[in-house]
Amino acid sequence: MKMILKDLTKGTLIENPVLVLALGLCPTLAVSTSAINGLGMGIAATFVLVMSNLIIALIKKLVPGRIRIPIFIVVIATFVTITKLVMAAYTPALSKALGIFIPLIVVNCIILGRAEAFASKHNVIRSLADGIGMGFGFTLTLVLLGAFREILGSGTVFGANVMGSSFQPALLMILPPGAFLSLGLMVAGSRWILEKTGKEG
Amino acid sequence: MANLLVIAIGAILINNFVLSRFLGLCPFVGVSKKTETAIGMGMAVIFVMTLASAVTWVIWTYFLSPGTSNIFWIIANALGSDTPAAAFDLRYLETIAFILVIASLVQFVELVLQKTSPALYEALGIFLPLITTNCAILGVAELNTMSLGYSFLEALVHGIAAGLGFTLALLMMSGIREKLEFAPVPKLMKGLPIAFIISGLMSMAFLGFSGLKF
Repeated sequence: MKMILKDLTKGTLIENPVLVLALGLCPTLAVSTSAINGLGMGIAATFVLVMSNLIIALIKKLVPGRIRIPIFIVVIATFVTITKLVMAAYTPALSKALGIFIPLIVVNCIILGRAEAFASKHNVIRSLADGIGMGFGFTLTLVLLGAFREILGSGTVFGANVMGSSFQPALLMILPPGAFLSLGLMVAGSRWILEKTGKEG
Repeated sequence: MANLLVIAIGAILINNFVLSRFLGLCPFVGVSKKTETAIGMGMAVIFVMTLASAVTWVIWTYFLSPGTSNIFWIIANALGSDTPAAAFDLRYLETIAFILVIASLVQFVELVLQKTSPALYEALGIFLPLITTNCAILGVAELNTMSLGYSFLEALVHGIAAGLGFTLALLMMSGIREKLEFAPVPKLMKGLPIAFIISGLMSMAFLGFSGLKF
């Protein structure tokens, strides 16, 4: 029970996939132009991560070691295709905003990384918890980064104006350079928090 | 011809794959510590990207897209089936098809290089396995077919130019990071954070190219 709780929470900060492990950087930078885009991407990737962790933990004994990577990729690509079709049908605006980064969830290294490093070695329950935990960490990072850029770049959060009408938005923040600068500051910030709480390791 | 030039300049400078499209960031951050490895990685990416652009274009046009050029329809038609050509629409399989094709292509290239050109294999070998999960490769395939709808020649030029753009960004980054070794960077900013800040500044500089008009 204690292990499962640890699997669920480690992704938030201590093993945050983006800020600490530096995985899944492309979608993080590309879709964090607003909090809602970040949330959409986070949920889509979490769904794929949890489902592929589940399937891989179930079939791990049947998969021959030498061809495991192609098999993992096919499992992941299947769930990505499901996600892509569902999003195109039910959330067309979000699907359009995220663009090619939805099919590119396939090559998001968080997902293959967790399949290889965790789900192929642990039981189903723990793999599910790991998927949820890591997915939450990824989503949280994307939403925070998206909100940060949205506040500075357009003065809104989730589309609601928070900075007042006199605020001059810094367009740069929602352009590509803003993504790099914000993520750089965010990684430094997460290190600072880890150092303060003494959880660095 | 002018059209191809516009595509090439666009992919190298205006919509640089790393600095403006955010594709291929893992190798960009991971192997940009030394110029030597950056060159190796860049060459490997140009090589695989060009091949992948060509192969995925063929897969998309002749296997997945509906119409009278779909191979499955041609076979079915030859066998006497009267299913309309529009019914052979496999485009929803594009993600699975592309990633499998790219993964096998990389393996194949690795084998061929190992047998035919040991020198080139020495230079590119260790980078090739990493390339399968480089999102720039799948990204260029998706852009060529799904988003931009390029012709074969355009897709090929876009693939080469995207690889060149990636290499350009990677080389600049590695040059800066080599110098950065001697700079007094604050402890919290060392490594990843400062790499992102530098990329941000480079991206800002590349933003200037978006004013290029032909």
